[in-house]
Amino acid sequence: MKGTQAMIEIENLSKSFTLHNQGGAVIPVMAGAHLHVGPGDCVALTGSSGAGKSTLMRMIYGNYRANAGRILVGETDVARAAPRDIIQLRRHTLGYVSQFLRVVPRVPTRDVVAEPLLILGTPREAALARAEALLARLNIPERLWSLSPTTFSGGEQQRVNIARGFAHAFPALLLDEPTASLDATNREVVLTLIEEAKARGAAIIGIFHDEAARARVCDREVDVTAFTPARAA
Amino acid sequence: MTPLLQVHDLAKFYGPRRGCEGVSFDLWPGEVMGIVGESGSGKSTLLSCLAGHLPPDRGEVIFDTRGQGPRDTLTMSEPERRMLMRTDWAFVHQHARDGLRMGVSAGGNVGERLMAVGARHYGHIREQAIDWLGRVEIAADRVDDKPQAFSGGMQQRLQIARNLVTGPRLVFMDEPTGGLDVSVQARLLDLLRGLVREMGLSAIIVTHDLAVVRLLADRLMVMKDGRVVEDGLTDQVLDDPQHGYTQLLVSSVLQV
Repeated sequence: MKGTQAMIEIENLSKSFTLHNQGGAVIPVMAGAHLHVGPGDCVALTGSSGAGKSTLMRMIYGNYRANAGRILVGETDVARAAPRDIIQLRRHTLGYVSQFLRVVPRVPTRDVVAEPLLILGTPREAALARAEALLARLNIPERLWSLSPTTFSGGEQQRVNIARGFAHAFPALLLDEPTASLDATNREVVLTLIEEAKARGAAIIGIFHDEAARARVCDREVDVTAFTPARAA
Repeated sequence: MTPLLQVHDLAKFYGPRRGCEGVSFDLWPGEVMGIVGESGSGKSTLLSCLAGHLPPDRGEVIFDTRGQGPRDTLTMSEPERRMLMRTDWAFVHQHARDGLRMGVSAGGNVGERLMAVGARHYGHIREQAIDWLGRVEIAADRVDDKPQAFSGGMQQRLQIARNLVTGPRLVFMDEPTGGLDVSVQARLLDLLRGLVREMGLSAIIVTHDLAVVRLLADRLMVMKDGRVVEDGLTDQVLDDPQHGYTQLLVSSVLQV
């Protein structure tokens, strides 16, 4: 039986943005959110555009501050943790594949993918070997490995991002549209990577507009519309 | 674990005008902290006070020394502080010429800092200097050239080599990529990131470039009028700024 003990546990989470330079407007974006994801579980966040799927992901990763509630990832409450605890959490426990590749220009693709392992102290040869294996699996041609991914096509950049996200075997993973701009072959590779991560016990939260992909890898769907605050009339 | 640096209520005034005031934070081993703010916000004053270049009017700057554990660097003796600056601390200036001896060869610039901590064997010093020039991507055949013959980017890399050769634990950087071409900046950023990772360095970087802190710093402090208005995880401060000034700063960045 999987998923009994939560890897990611969200309770009564709420969030609003205050725009100080626009008359101090307060925009509530989330209220009373809760979510429970156990090891080996994959949960899809659903809801229309603007319902708060990405907001919730960013709060779990610590990019957005919570106003109230708890976000437990392993033993760390991201809603309250000090920066250094979140830094440790991101290095060891919590991975994030965003839709956009953000890297230092001119760094070779191979090093971009190996970096999460190098930070953890993995020997350089082993980290680069793992990076190359992933790049090969994701069909990034070998002649591109020594080049910076900043000049790659959108689909190639996305695959580099995925390789980087899966380089270290994170116990918890956030995936933002991991199959969005991929062809059938690479989509299949990514779905297999997700299945392998589940099999080793990773807790996964994903946003998938690709319904077939969602049906295949996700155990449950959570509609975040339920967490959208009632709009004042 | 003990913080590498503990700063309590630091303040510096220029006559009646506030340089910085009420600054407190802990920096942990291996952490890179960015300090951003516009010109005149007090970020350079703060860096100078932290690094011992400027005496603050109030506060404590406690460094976890190798030999004696946490010590207030503001009350230690001048020789002790000088020794710290030559060994465990390093300071990378915005203008490389402020941190280099322009009349001394590249190898001499690196070797000099080694000699300041007691190295005497010429062969070893030269060997280490060449090794460090290689790490900052300066060819070994330039070891006898003076920095005047180097480009701005090379001078900056030489300054970094000179600073890191003694294996410091804390590096202060004042606009390290300022004034360089963007292509040179990228290379320097990659170099700094690699060195921070491999040497387990802690660093405090003052800059006005938000793209630089996003790529280099784990944590961020935002200053305005000499005070810290916001601090936190770098991407949290940039993606979800809480203070009006930070919101203005983030929303003012030109997109390319």
